[in-house]
Amino acid sequence: MEFYGYRRKEGRPGIRNHVLILPTCACGSESCRIVASQVRGAVNIVFNTGCSDVAANTAMSQKVLTGFALNPNVYGVVIIGLGCETVPHAKLREKIQALTSKPVVSFGIQEEGGTLKTIEKAVRAAREMAAEAGMQQKERFDISELLMGIECGGSDATSGIASNPAVGNLSDRLVDLGASTIMSESIEWIGGEHVLARRAATPEIHDQIIRVCEAYEKHLLAAGQDCRAGQPTPGNKAGGLSTIDEKSLGCIRKGGTRPIVEVLEQAERPTKQGAIVMDTAGYDISSVTSMVAAGCQVVIFTTGRGTPTGNAIVPVCKVTANAHTYSWMEDNMDADLSPILSGEKTIAEAGEMLLGKIHDIADGRLTKAEAYGFSDIAVDHVCRFV
Amino acid sequence: MERKAVLLDLKDNVATCTGEVRTGDTVVAVGEQKVEVKAAEDIPIWHKIALRPIGKGEAVIKYGEIIGEADRDIEQGGWVSHENIHSVPRDYASEYVLKD
Repeated sequence: MEFYGYRRKEGRPGIRNHVLILPTCACGSESCRIVASQVRGAVNIVFNTGCSDVAANTAMSQKVLTGFALNPNVYGVVIIGLGCETVPHAKLREKIQALTSKPVVSFGIQEEGGTLKTIEKAVRAAREMAAEAGMQQKERFDISELLMGIECGGSDATSGIASNPAVGNLSDRLVDLGASTIMSESIEWIGGEHVLARRAATPEIHDQIIRVCEAYEKHLLAAGQDCRAGQPTPGNKAGGLSTIDEKSLGCIRKGGTRPIVEVLEQAERPTKQGAIVMDTAGYDISSVTSMVAAGCQVVIFTTGRGTPTGNAIVPVCKVTANAHTYSWMEDNMDADLSPILSGEKTIAEAGEMLLGKIHDIADGRLTKAEAYGFSDIAVDHVCRFV
Repeated sequence: MERKAVLLDLKDNVATCTGEVRTGDTVVAVGEQKVEVKAAEDIPIWHKIALRPIGKGEAVIKYGEIIGEADRDIEQGGWVSHENIHSVPRDYASEYVLKD
């Protein structure tokens, strides 16, 4: 199986060819939005951190910003900084340039003399980059070049029973074709971590999975917080999920059944091929942010209650097995998995259908959130999201 | 009225209702086995019904795994939700396979 993508000098091919307008900190976000709105082919990130932060939060912000720039779906990067933030634009640019040969330029609002002058320069740079990006022809790549992120959000009881197993089946199919997948949301392994750990390729990975869950709980406890206060969410409870354990036992099914070959920290790039897991919050926006920063070209997202979420860099494909949610929120849903619950489709048939969907999206079909231009991101902090 | 529910594992003492259930409805839970139970109360769609009486402190089982513990006695056909079950802390130490 092959798809049409964009060759990169380093790493996996892109399935999109975006010019990324990237702020170093919150103060650059609005300028980035205006620049992206001026240039077809450009997308922007809204960033809410990058200044007045402790070292651990700065490290996380830098990992996410660098990861976004390195994502295969990005052709080139225009950075806009302020000038007094923790890591200024030139430093971020150098960090990115050390890791990739894609075009990267940067500007500082204080250096340029205000936002209008910065925006003018950044628009010119983005316009040139977009013009060049438009000349790049798509090439055929083997499906094994795909790295797919797996997410769930706004879950209800249909998620664990139907849509998550179907996505798990999709993950197994991709892994069998030589591709890689990342399942994140480690807080939503709690209560099912012993089941997930059985998929570990080695005893070390088994214990790593348990350790991630234990450390997450201890970390929050050290700040006087209980993860069970935020999980499940009120929406989960209304949707029939009563405890974090019940939610987790359903959540982990979206990762499929193949051996887990690597456990990653948030926003860390994989070094292995196959089924991978990542230690992130269950907060879906933050988790998708981390998987995009890790280099996923596409994200599949199961929901029960419905969600509009999208990402500027990566197409997010939203699927539900809740028939009401699909028909009621069809403008935000990319695939209907309710035939699993009505008995018209098996989990395996649904997985096969999803493989076709992901293949189409890799070839260029826009997801709904992508067509609307949605760009949600959230960067995790020292006191983690749950 | 007859209603359906999904039963995920032979060990489970709850099933997930696939429609709005009214008191007195017969709920047929299908999956690994077939169990019929009369609804003791109204249960919203996608919520859980107790397949047998679950005593206070007893484990609530779905997916063949413990999802929580009953806060109070739940009768057969009762609505099992966050209002009457709670999560139990994990015993991580017992789960590691490698000895330090």
